[in-house]
Formats: sequence, C-alpha cells, structure tokens
Amino acid sequence: MSRDILKELRAGEISSLEVIDAIIEAAQDDVFNAFVSLVDPSELREQARGADRAREAGEARPLEGWPVAIKDNICTRNLTTTAGSKILEDFESPYEATAVQRLRDAGAIVVGKTNLDEFGMGSSSETSHIGPVRNPADPDRVAGGSSGGSAAALAAELALGALGSDTGGSVRQPASHCGVVGLKPTYGRVSRNGLIAYASSLDQIGPMASTVEGCARLFDAIAGHDDRDATSLAVEPAGPGCADVLSEGVDGMTVGLPEEYLGEASRLDPQVRSRVEAAIEALEEAGAETTSVSLPHTEYAVATYYLIATAEASSNLARYDGVRFGRRAEDADDLAELYKKSRAEGFGDEVKRRIILGTYVLSAGYYEAYYEKAQKVRTLIRRDFESAFEEVDALVAPVAPTPAWTLGEKRDDPLEMYLEDIFTTSANLAGIPAMSVPSGTTDQGLPVGTQLLGPALSEPVLFRLAQKIFEQCNDEASGRG
Amino acid sequence: MDDLSDILGDEYEAVIGLEVHCQLDTASKLFSGASTKYGAEPNSQVAPLDMGLPGTLPVVNRKAVEYAVRAGLALRCDVRNETKFARKNYFYPDLPKGYQISQHRAPLCENGELVVPIDGDPLGDGDVRRVGIQRLHLEEDAGKSTHLKGQPHSLVDLNRCGVPLIEIVSEPDLRTPAEARAYMKALRDIVVFLDISDGEMSEGSLRCDANVSVRPSGDEAFGTRTELKNINSFKFVHDGIAAEIRRQIELLEAGESVEQETRLYDVDAGRTRPMRSKEESHDYRYFPEPDLPVFTVDKEWIEEIRANLPALPAERRRMYREAWNVGRDDAGVLTGEPALANFFEASVAHWSGDAQTVANWIVNQWLRVLNDTGHTIDEAGVEPGEFVGVVELVEDRVISQNAGQTVLEEMITTGRDAETIVDDEGLRQMTDAGAIESLVDDVLDDNPEQVAEYRGGNNNVLGWFIGQVMQASGGSADPKIVRSLLQEKLDS
Repeated sequence: MSRDILKELRAGEISSLEVIDAIIEAAQDDVFNAFVSLVDPSELREQARGADRAREAGEARPLEGWPVAIKDNICTRNLTTTAGSKILEDFESPYEATAVQRLRDAGAIVVGKTNLDEFGMGSSSETSHIGPVRNPADPDRVAGGSSGGSAAALAAELALGALGSDTGGSVRQPASHCGVVGLKPTYGRVSRNGLIAYASSLDQIGPMASTVEGCARLFDAIAGHDDRDATSLAVEPAGPGCADVLSEGVDGMTVGLPEEYLGEASRLDPQVRSRVEAAIEALEEAGAETTSVSLPHTEYAVATYYLIATAEASSNLARYDGVRFGRRAEDADDLAELYKKSRAEGFGDEVKRRIILGTYVLSAGYYEAYYEKAQKVRTLIRRDFESAFEEVDALVAPVAPTPAWTLGEKRDDPLEMYLEDIFTTSANLAGIPAMSVPSGTTDQGLPVGTQLLGPALSEPVLFRLAQKIFEQCNDEASGRG
Repeated sequence: MDDLSDILGDEYEAVIGLEVHCQLDTASKLFSGASTKYGAEPNSQVAPLDMGLPGTLPVVNRKAVEYAVRAGLALRCDVRNETKFARKNYFYPDLPKGYQISQHRAPLCENGELVVPIDGDPLGDGDVRRVGIQRLHLEEDAGKSTHLKGQPHSLVDLNRCGVPLIEIVSEPDLRTPAEARAYMKALRDIVVFLDISDGEMSEGSLRCDANVSVRPSGDEAFGTRTELKNINSFKFVHDGIAAEIRRQIELLEAGESVEQETRLYDVDAGRTRPMRSKEESHDYRYFPEPDLPVFTVDKEWIEEIRANLPALPAERRRMYREAWNVGRDDAGVLTGEPALANFFEASVAHWSGDAQTVANWIVNQWLRVLNDTGHTIDEAGVEPGEFVGVVELVEDRVISQNAGQTVLEEMITTGRDAETIVDDEGLRQMTDAGAIESLVDDVLDDNPEQVAEYRGGNNNVLGWFIGQVMQASGGSADPKIVRSLLQEKLDS
C-alpha cells in the first residue's frame, strides 16, 4: 500500500475490502508485536463491504472505510482494553471512549488494539504484558513509546490511522522513531472519556497517521467538546477543519527556534540535529521567517513532569485492587493481603516505581516540597511559552535527542529513559498542542521526526507547517516512502 | 434533664465540635448520572464511574452545588465564587476509585453560624448557644459494606457510592451532650426545611462524628480530644458524647492522660471504645482533583439561590406567633415538618377567620385523622383549600365537629369531596329550631318521671334528655340548640 492510499480509497481506485484484506493478511504474523488484540477478520470484512456500499451510494462519511488502530489504553466495546497490564489482561469495557465512538461515527473501522508501555508509562513500548513492540524500520530497535504499537502499526501499514495517548511525549516520540505523523492536541481539545488515566492533567488522546493529511482528518473527527469530560474545552475554534487548511502554506509565518532545544547544551544527536535543520530549511524555503527564542525553564521540565505525573498516577491506579475487576490474587487471607498480592502480581516494575514515587510526592510533609513546588514550576514553564508565542506563531524543536535505540538498551536505567522525554514533556505541562512530523532518516535508515509546538488551539497552524516539512523532507528522503 | 452537671460539676468543662455528614436529596449522584434513590436492589444504581471503571470521569451535578449553597446560606456562611475539589486517597472495598472526591482547600462555604436553643426548650424562648460553622463542603459518599459475622467475606453495595454529601464542620463551641443533640436537631430541621435532604438519621442521611475533650473549668487551652465516629441517632449523639466525657474525666481524676484517638460508641455497653488503630492511621494524600476544573459559583447564581431560600422553622414560628397570634405550642407543632408548616400556611391563606382556629383544627383534628388513616400530609391528597372548606362547614354549623372529622377521613379514603360526603352520609346538622323543638316536646311528654326528677334538683338528667333528643333526630340535631331548648323548657 502506498501513502496515497487515502486518496485512492476516496477516488474508488481501491476498495475498503481490498485494504482490509491486505491488513488481515499482514497482521496475521504481527512480527512487530504492534497489536494486543485484533478484531475478527469476518467482522472486519463485513464492515469494509458496508463502507464500499456507502461509497458507491455516494454516502461516504469523512473516514469511510479507514482501518484504524486504537492504543490499548483507550476503551472499546467488544475488545479487551488491557492498558498493556497483566492487571487488566481480561478487562472488557462496557462502554466506548468518546474518541473511538467519533471515529466510528465518521466511518472508520477499528481493526485492533495496539501495544504500549504498561499504562502508558514508558518511552520504548517494552513493558507491556505481551512484550516489546519492534520498530518496523529496524526490528532490533524500539518503536518508542508509549504509543509504540500505534506508530509501528502505521509504519508497517497495518492501519491507515491510529489513536495514541500523550502524557509526556507518548504520541510524538514513537511517531518520530517510526516515521509517522502524530499530534498531541491542546489539553481539553479531545475528550479523555474512556482513556485509561495515567496523569489526568497531562493526558491527551492524539491522532497518528502515515501522512499529515490523514492525521488532520482523524483530528477533525475526534476533536470537540464532550459533556462527559469536565476538562474538555467548551470553545470550538471557528473556521474550516485542519484537513482543509493544509494547502494554505506557511508564507509569512514566524517560527521560533528555542535555544534550549537546539543549542549546544541540548546534547542532540548530530544526525537528529541535521534532520531538524533540514525541516527548518524547508520552512524557510516555503516562506516562513525563523528567529531564535528562549524557554528558560526547559531544564526543569522533566523533573516537574515526573513529580506531577507520578503523583496523579499513584491515585489514578489505586482502583486496580483486585476487588471489582481485573486480576485478583488467588490466595489472599485478608483484605490487605488481597490488595498487596493483586497489585504485586498485576503491575510491572516501571508502574510500581511510578506509584511509589507518586505516593511519596503526595505524602504529608513532602507535598509542599515536591507536588506544590512542581505546580509552581509548571506555571513558569507555561509562561515561557506564552511569552515566546507573543513573538512567533510556532516553535520548531527536536522530538527526541536520539533516533530509536536497541531493544533492552535502556530498560534497566530508568533515569536514562526519563531523559528521553526532555523535549516533549513541556507541551503537556503547558497544555499546548505539539506534533511530530517525519523529517527523513539517519544514515542507518532510522526515521527522525521534527517537533512543532504552538499556542493553545493552534492545531491548524501546526498542520500547515507539518505539511510543508512532510512534503519537502520525505519525497527525496532515503529509506521508506 | 439528664445532663452531666453531676460529673462535670464546677471543676470540668467539656468542649465539643461536630462534623456532620448530610446526604443531599438530588435525583442523580454528585458526579455520575446514576439514581440516588434509597432502598433499591443492591448494586443496581451504579454508573461506570461509581464502579471506578477505567477511563471514567466525574462531571459535577449542579443541583448538588445548589443544595450545598442553600445550606451554606441558611447557616450564614460565606460562599466561595470559585471552589475546588480534591482527592482523598485511601483503600477500601466500598471506595471503588481508591479515592473520595471531596474538598480540601477552597471549600464551597466557610465562616457561618447556627444559633441553637440550649436550655431544653426546643422553641428557642430560652438561652441559646451560637455555634460557629467552620466550613461546609461537598463530597461524594462511599458505598456500604456489610460484614457478616462468621463469614470470610463481606458484602459491598455500591448504590451509595457517589451520592452527594455536605460535610458541615462546627467550631468547638458546644459544651454539653444536650447542646450537641440540640445542634444536630437544629441542623436536621434546617436541611429538611431547605428541602435538600430527608434528614433521616435512621437511614444514614444524616450522620455525625464528634470531637470531644474536657478541661478544668476556666482553662483557656483545650484538652486532648478524641474523635467519636459514626453516630447515627439523636439519642446516641447525647449518650455517646456523655459516655466519652465521663471516660475522659475519670482518666483525669485518676491522674492519667487522654490519648488522641478515634473511638466508637458501643450502644450496648453504654461506653466508647477505641477503633482499631490500623484503620485510622491514614495519610490521605489530598491533592487537587485533576479531572475537575475550578468550579465557578457566580454571584448572580448565589443571589438567585438566596432569593428562593425557603423560610426556616424558627423564622416561621416567630411569624405564626407574632403576626398570626398562634399559641406557642401549636406554633411548635406546626413547624415540626415542612409539609405541615406549608399546609398550615396555605390553609390560612384560604381562611377568612383567625389563624388560631385553623391551627386548632390541624393540631387537634387533622393530625389525628392522618395518624388514624396512616397517611402523611402529602399522601392524604386533601388540598389546603378543601381542608379549610370542611372547617368552614363546622364553623358555620352545617355539620358537627365529629362529622367534620368523619368528612376528613372519608375525603382521604374515598377521594370524594366534602359536600358529597355530607349529603351521602346524611351528616347535615338539623339547625331548624322549630323542628328540634317538636322533638324536644315529644321527649319531654314521653318521660314525665325524668322531668320530675330534673325539676326535683337532679341536673344530671339534662344529659340524658340531650341524648334522647339527639337519638330521635338520628344524630343530626345541632346539640347546642337541643341543649338550650331543653334547658329553657325544663327550667320554665
């Protein structure tokens, strides 16, 4: 399948059934371990036939017949939702996430649930109960995380669109490592109803696709207010959807280059730097102005992120106690033991590490020193962006300091793993939209993405910039295409 | 009064503060759409959120906020324009999310007061105590656990999970168990009259925890306090606190010290005992609820709620007594329940005479009829206007007082209107003096011996004559006319 498949589908040059059949065929082996579960093939074919009939009847909806993959921490009916955890390995949600429902309403076909880091806690998609995701560009390497399964499924052409979730970079970083497009929307732009919470004030469901246009169409379908999420934004930006502004170009836009991300001190891998610089050049060539800006509190972002995220996680994950649903220890003698054993058996090491850290952060006597101070720094980080966006329309930055690394390489060094998030966590802390757009590959053929960040509700601007980078940096890029 | 003066004597003073939980009577829960109806099949009123299912999110029920603001205003609190929710984290099987959504910093209401009668006179004519209200906040209830004796398992009912509660925290301004009880009763009256809760302690709609300490009289510093948990009746508010004060004084008298701890009142033993310390050594790790943004209660809304605040019992009693000249005790009875007070006020509006007549009818007749037929005032289906119609029939002597009661009973049980009942049952009084006179004459003619007896000085025979005439009229003669005609003729 080619990257033009969406156009071909729309033009009727290829049928949904043919696309679905190709996916069913390819997904059988799932050599990249991208999926936790797949929808029954006969069910998929029936839906594809329905989509083809709708298209023939001229009643095609915006995503009619699109095969989409859903990260397995987003609730779906009729398929398990495991969050990649043993504690939920048989869990079936009685309700569907708003974002999934909106995809279905737009005509998309859910093909399966994708692999991830357990509860979204990780940067490599190595910690789920079914084992690590492999990077389609190099199966010995990680796909990034935590939405690694969604990114790998797209890169391996097992879906045309996907949903991930991004708490500190979990959509953007795997998108970068796998060479696909991924957006972390403005906080509140996409309903969190049905997203298994990791860190509620940071989590956002984000669309992912092989192309900028595909990503924009998914975003247009899932964005918008939802009464079931009190943090969902009530304001709807006026004007056309993101998919309809892609061709508007970037002429006259001003793009900021944050010193803290691109300067010498950022310890950026040279090959990553060269791809990001190529993206910047592409924007300049397309008529955008570039200027240097400063985000002085960047160095505190990772620490701030890990204090807030773990604090919220320690509370959000308390419900997995073996009492009502999920894994329950067999041989507990009393209530305390039931809790301890169920959670000890059900959670993996990284999840336990974050629960313990978060519990500590919120404890009496430490709350002010850690949680409250982190909230203050979070405000400073938000203000950094606010002042930068007084001068520029968007920022360009790397997504991750290095390309995808070898499986297992950082698994036993949590701190090293946490530093992977150095360029991505700030957007979550500030609640602003940010996306990763493929910008070519390294000499070894490993994909590298460029990050675009904008003020709240600036998704249309980010998509226009992304479209330019995507056009300029990928047609001639080596490797896949 | 069974007060503690014998124990406290002049030497000690008790210091008591109450934390009261009151279930709000909203149709749905505080953060989910599930019903809050009491008494449903266990675990039948449970939304995914109430079960703590992954991915579920809370959405604030505005009605619950409105009810809480009503209570706050009635307790003269400051109401915050921006209020925040917080998570209180602890593990228990009846707390499915592993945290309770409550309020910590920035509670909805603060700095109020409640004036409580403290001399045993519930009508408030005597001494009062001003009890400060430290804060009033919203939170969700937990589920209900039932621990079965001798069974390895417990039962959990999640229907109560997420039912809205207000927690009302008093200042430590109460001094005796009787005052604490009076405070609880006053709070109960307020929430019932505000129509925000049924205020039933027996159903757990109203519960309280008491902080109790004692100190030598005249001391400024507080003694070490204990917390008495889960008090579920007005009687136990009094008895539990009394038992705890007794225990603390005995300790101090014996030269020992009171330990700060959580205790339970053992009703059978009449004593308090410590709760297992394992259950109370919680660090709740409060932090702002990230799933709920700051909740705005704008000034216009507060003023709208204030403008629609129902009048409270004390205010209504004052109006009945001062403006309507209703007797003190009747005013007390009539303000016992909002439905009764509303019925009385609506009846007075239909009535052209003095309010005391209506008060008499409600207190002496109507309540008895309701009690005899086993109905509440709302169930009875008799409108205040219809009720006043019956009172008018009696006052106009169309029917007798007894017949009035019969009419009311029939209205409840058969749903017929008063006129129909009067006609159908032949209850109309004979008021034609001419007709009654001929009956009187017949009776006197037929009973010369009794006439002689009366005239010989035995006045008691008059009653017998009245009975004979009433019987002859088939019960319909106006007894007043009968009596006066008989007297007139016998004495002549």
